Amino acid sequence: MCGIAGLIHRGKSSNVGSELQGMLQALKHRGEDSTGYALYGDTDGKNFIMRFKVGENVGEGSSSVMEDVSVYDERKNIVDQTLAEMGAKVVKEERTLPYSLRYEIEYNTKDLLDFSQRIESIPGVEILSMGKSLEVIKDLGNAKMVCDRYSLDKVVGTHAIGHARMATESGVDIKSAHPFWGYPFSDVSVVHNGQLTNYWNNRRVLENKGMRFMSECDSELIAVYIAEKMRHGATLEEGMKESLTGLDGVFTYFVATKDSLGMAKDTMAAKPLVLYESDDLVAMGSEEIAIRSVLPHEIDTYDPFDGEVKVWQI
Amino acid sequence: MANLKTVSKKSKAQSMGMHTEVLTGRTQQKFFNPDEAENFYYFGTYDVDFNKRTELDVKEMTAPEANKEIDNLMSQGYGTIVIKNPQGKHSLGVGILNKLNLIFEGSLGYFGMGSCDGPIVRINGRVGWSCAENLMAGKVVIEKNAGSCFGAAIRGGDLICKGSVGARTGIDMKGGTIIIGGDAGAFTGFMMQRGRIIILGDVGINLGDSMYDGTIFVGGEIGSYGSDAVDSELTSSDQDWLKRKLKVAEIGENFDVSKMKKIVAGKKLWNYDNLEPTEKKGAI
Repeated sequence: MCGIAGLIHRGKSSNVGSELQGMLQALKHRGEDSTGYALYGDTDGKNFIMRFKVGENVGEGSSSVMEDVSVYDERKNIVDQTLAEMGAKVVKEERTLPYSLRYEIEYNTKDLLDFSQRIESIPGVEILSMGKSLEVIKDLGNAKMVCDRYSLDKVVGTHAIGHARMATESGVDIKSAHPFWGYPFSDVSVVHNGQLTNYWNNRRVLENKGMRFMSECDSELIAVYIAEKMRHGATLEEGMKESLTGLDGVFTYFVATKDSLGMAKDTMAAKPLVLYESDDLVAMGSEEIAIRSVLPHEIDTYDPFDGEVKVWQI
Repeated sequence: MANLKTVSKKSKAQSMGMHTEVLTGRTQQKFFNPDEAENFYYFGTYDVDFNKRTELDVKEMTAPEANKEIDNLMSQGYGTIVIKNPQGKHSLGVGILNKLNLIFEGSLGYFGMGSCDGPIVRINGRVGWSCAENLMAGKVVIEKNAGSCFGAAIRGGDLICKGSVGARTGIDMKGGTIIIGGDAGAFTGFMMQRGRIIILGDVGINLGDSMYDGTIFVGGEIGSYGSDAVDSELTSSDQDWLKRKLKVAEIGENFDVSKMKKIVAGKKLWNYDNLEPTEKKGAI
């Protein structure tokens, strides 16, 4: 059991960091092994924002191996060196935690595949997100703990998706936490609640097509699956619709891009989702109480039906 | 050995059309007898007065605290309780085995009104998954939409949703009536064993999948039929019953019930035998 939540403001920005924190904290009983945020903040859209990690959180409950902080420094130095070699200029650097970094990068490319491959060829380094608006922040603990740790409550933007995870299929670590970046696409992220039963079959096929997997978490497959469809010209909505038959199992998932937010529910409708939709706001979550944290007054909500795919634009 | 196939006496429930199968062999059939007064009361229930009304704001309460307070109010004789600010909390109003007029001014989360027997409930909002699961008797009316597994395994009573409901509505239901004013999701009536489901709108795929018995009435389009769900003739008595039921439910008053589809079990999946394992061995 995991909890997912998402919201999109249409035609305006809002304090999405704080709003999503409230929604995910309301779902913490569905899992608090780890919590992740994919926030689409207000930026000037000139530079890429790269969130990456050079190590794991080895705190209580983690399934990761303890490493010396000096190892993190070494990895960071190699990242800096690789960026310089590629002609990417770091204009702003933040190191919130020893293993977690945020870079604003001046880099002129439309193809992030080569860029990502080079960065992630450095052992122990994983890009959590890459985009001009998207920032994926994920760590162990519940929504409030992660929000406080990374000071997310002040983030202003248009939309966001998040995930409260109860680890069942893979380890308690950041690499298995959601959201997953839709590698190698700028500003694409995915969160998922459910189990995919044809994970290994699909993974083998996609790896043969050159796609990359960073974890053994079945949910990562959704991000890679849709990214591969988009790589071959499909729109987000088309990729999501194809996933209803291409992915086997039970699932409800959200996908977000720079200017849109989508949801898909499997044909068995076995995983919950409650949806609120108005002219200026769409809010959805695994349970009604998630939506109530943003809209405490009486509202009309509903469960999307089986096999339903919906996409909203900002 | 006694002849296990000769038992053919019809029960009162069968003669009323509540179910059609005739179980034979050593199975003992016991059905609710309305003439037995003791069946109306549970140990620990309260004598309440419907005219004695109170309000309860549960905004700052957890679900167990709210449920305990409802019980406390019933013990004081309150027969009409209005719950303010339920705000989507889970498991509100569960386990009420009492006559009670309960009104929720807002939406409920999961498992609202689960395992109840007797109350009349009106929810002026929406409900999450598994609303009124295991309802034995009483009436639950939802003014807006409902989530999946609506009325799962109910054994009696009327469960009415004026909006649309999610997947697996009436899964494993063993009696009672579920009435949906809007649309219903996939696997509606999945493995239902008795009772009736009325859907005025459209219904999703696999309607009545693996149903053992019972009846489903659909007013709109059907996504697809489930395994062993088949059409049946809509009789005039069916139509009379539907009109009466919809009137009582306060929905679809002008709905043309003559155009509804009636779906029942084809009974091709039935594979009952009445032998105990030891008898089976003997037979082989």
